[in-house]
Amino acid sequence: MATQKPFELHVPEPECRPGDVPDFSGFDVPKAGVAKRPPVDAAPEDIQELAYDIIRVLDDDGKAVGEWAPNLDDEAALKGLRDMMTVRSFDARMLTAQRQGKTSFYIQALGEEAIACAFQAALREGDMNFPTYRQQGLLVSAGYPLEDMMNQIYSNSADPLQGRQLPIMYSSKEYGFFSISGNLGTQYVQAVGWAMASAIEGDTKIAAGWIGDGATAESDFYSALVFASTFRAPVILNIVNNQWAISTFQGIARGRSATFAARGLGFGIPSLRVDGNDYLAVYAVAKWAVERAALGLGPTLIEYVTYRAGPHSTSDDPSSYRPKEESSAWPLGDPIERMKTHLIAKDAWSEERHEQAKAEIDSTVLTTQKKAEANGTLHDGPHPSPKDMFEDVYRELPSHLVRQRREAGV
Amino acid sequence: MARMSMIEAIRDAHDIAMGQDDKVVVFGEDVGYFGGVFRCTKGLQEKYGRNRCFDAPINESGIVGTAIGMAAYGLRPCVEIQFADYVYPAYDQIVSEAARIRYRSDGDFTCPMVVRMPTGGGIYGGQTHSQSPEALFAHVAGLKTVIPSNPYDAKGLLISSIEDDDPVIFLEPKRLYNGPFDGYHDRPVTPWSKNDLGEVPDGHYTVPLGKAAIRREGRDVTIVAYGTMVHVALAAAEDAGVDAEVIDLRTIVPVDLDTVAESVKKTGRCVVVHEATRTCGFGAELVTLIANHCFYHLEAPPTRVTGYDTPYPHAQEWDYFPGPKRVGDALKRVMEPA
Repeated sequence: MATQKPFELHVPEPECRPGDVPDFSGFDVPKAGVAKRPPVDAAPEDIQELAYDIIRVLDDDGKAVGEWAPNLDDEAALKGLRDMMTVRSFDARMLTAQRQGKTSFYIQALGEEAIACAFQAALREGDMNFPTYRQQGLLVSAGYPLEDMMNQIYSNSADPLQGRQLPIMYSSKEYGFFSISGNLGTQYVQAVGWAMASAIEGDTKIAAGWIGDGATAESDFYSALVFASTFRAPVILNIVNNQWAISTFQGIARGRSATFAARGLGFGIPSLRVDGNDYLAVYAVAKWAVERAALGLGPTLIEYVTYRAGPHSTSDDPSSYRPKEESSAWPLGDPIERMKTHLIAKDAWSEERHEQAKAEIDSTVLTTQKKAEANGTLHDGPHPSPKDMFEDVYRELPSHLVRQRREAGV
Repeated sequence: MARMSMIEAIRDAHDIAMGQDDKVVVFGEDVGYFGGVFRCTKGLQEKYGRNRCFDAPINESGIVGTAIGMAAYGLRPCVEIQFADYVYPAYDQIVSEAARIRYRSDGDFTCPMVVRMPTGGGIYGGQTHSQSPEALFAHVAGLKTVIPSNPYDAKGLLISSIEDDDPVIFLEPKRLYNGPFDGYHDRPVTPWSKNDLGEVPDGHYTVPLGKAAIRREGRDVTIVAYGTMVHVALAAAEDAGVDAEVIDLRTIVPVDLDTVAESVKKTGRCVVVHEATRTCGFGAELVTLIANHCFYHLEAPPTRVTGYDTPYPHAQEWDYFPGPKRVGDALKRVMEPA
């Protein structure tokens, strides 16, 4: 018998830390257009390779190539580009507003704009997202008023949520956007429940759950997969793998599994991995999953491979745990630049029009911001009433809250 | 009108609620084909179909999490957690999600959901089949917490809970399922068929949430209890020969402070009884409310009789259980002249 050596705990470490030269040489980027597009009713066991691949449509020259290239007309493609530019412009303004002390907190989606914007474009009227805090693109793409988003961020007198929620924790049933919790992973299994309800009711609406790479380690992630698999719920389970969970690299949540998408295979759920910085690829894969769900074929798991180019939130400084240059070394590029290159290559767009559109969007965001600020900001101007604090805890105010409200003198 | 056990009354409440509103769905572990380990959902799948009553995976956060999603969609899920002791994996979904969805979305999304679970000891269930976690729910803003003590109330309160537009935690004292257990574990239990509160009307009726019932009128001391302890209190009052008024809270949030305060102001003495552990138990809240609202009417310090601050033991179950002897001793203590 071999001599027993004392154990040593294995704690995974990322390739690079501050001061290192970013190195993505071990990150395999498949060529665009190579991945096969199976029929939506393909058996999950026949398409397992898609959980390890990266489905890519836009090649280095901006051409849409391969079986996954969607039939998106110029108008829809340009809307996609504008939506992403709007998210980026909006994020930049709100980040500044937070630094100016006009709100307490902000979370930007820098570098990940394609995922939410393209996904929303693939959904139908009445479908419901159960988002995390980095899917503002869903609201922007759905046409939710930017001013209401800002009113919520400022917790001002026009805040649709009466100042009760942390900034960016939006909620809008009308726009298919379930109230954001801020706890991680809880919404994933709720999305499955909503989809089960749609099936119980004989409806045709579908739900979409959202989770980050880090939160896939939460037990609610597995609860969602079990229920989705067992009850064949019409739900799309999205994992946004942006490489970082605050300061923790994705290897801590992933363990020795090859990919996050592969987690779905044991549940018999078709699982796909897609280039999250490729608007067309995201749209195509989302459409495929929507069609599957709509045909009653059940859940789909999608991992979007992307990179969180900014800090986790305004309370975070990534330079203390990853190289500053890592973002620019990220091999899948920037989603807005790639879509712009594509549209220019198609002759549907130009550098001049892009600059003009950017100026227009920035100006709209700025004008909207002024309007929102007229309703107040966190510390200045009109506010939700302290009386509102006691409303909506229950449908009707119970007697103990009546007493406490009286005690508060409001 | 028929005499029913609490199990039959709960089953009947499901039947009535499901029959009149097809938005009501029922699921949980062993709940579908088999009808639940305590048989509270027996026959529902056969009657209403697998779409509306079904078995769930053994995954409490999944059961409650999916129920929240269904409620957000517009259904009225009524789910069973097999034992209250198993609810903790779902605690995050209940506390951080169900309880706050109306508040955080300004009423855009709501959570009309009932989470039922058998609670309390007395069946030699050890640590994992005996707990009374009601205070963990009573502490959470946005939840209502209901604990019936008899078949009539169980049916009426469950129908009210299912029809309520907010999340309700519905704790069923399992020792009361088959009869009004009074804590004398060495005597045979009278079945509900021999008790007036086993008389359960046919069809739809409700018992309102937040309204206590006076189970015994008395002049000398008020006993505030709920669930199994109502029957223990009634037995203790008889055995101790004390003219006690016994209040059955039925709902602990919202609590019926008016009924409690009126009674304590009349009697000037108060004993609060629960089976759950003592520290930060619901008794602490009750005694504080009584001190704040009835202080100048009190003839003696309000006191608590509760489970001890230990896990629920197996062999020592009846040493742990706050039975009629301990309640009776407390009654005698508060009756002593100052």
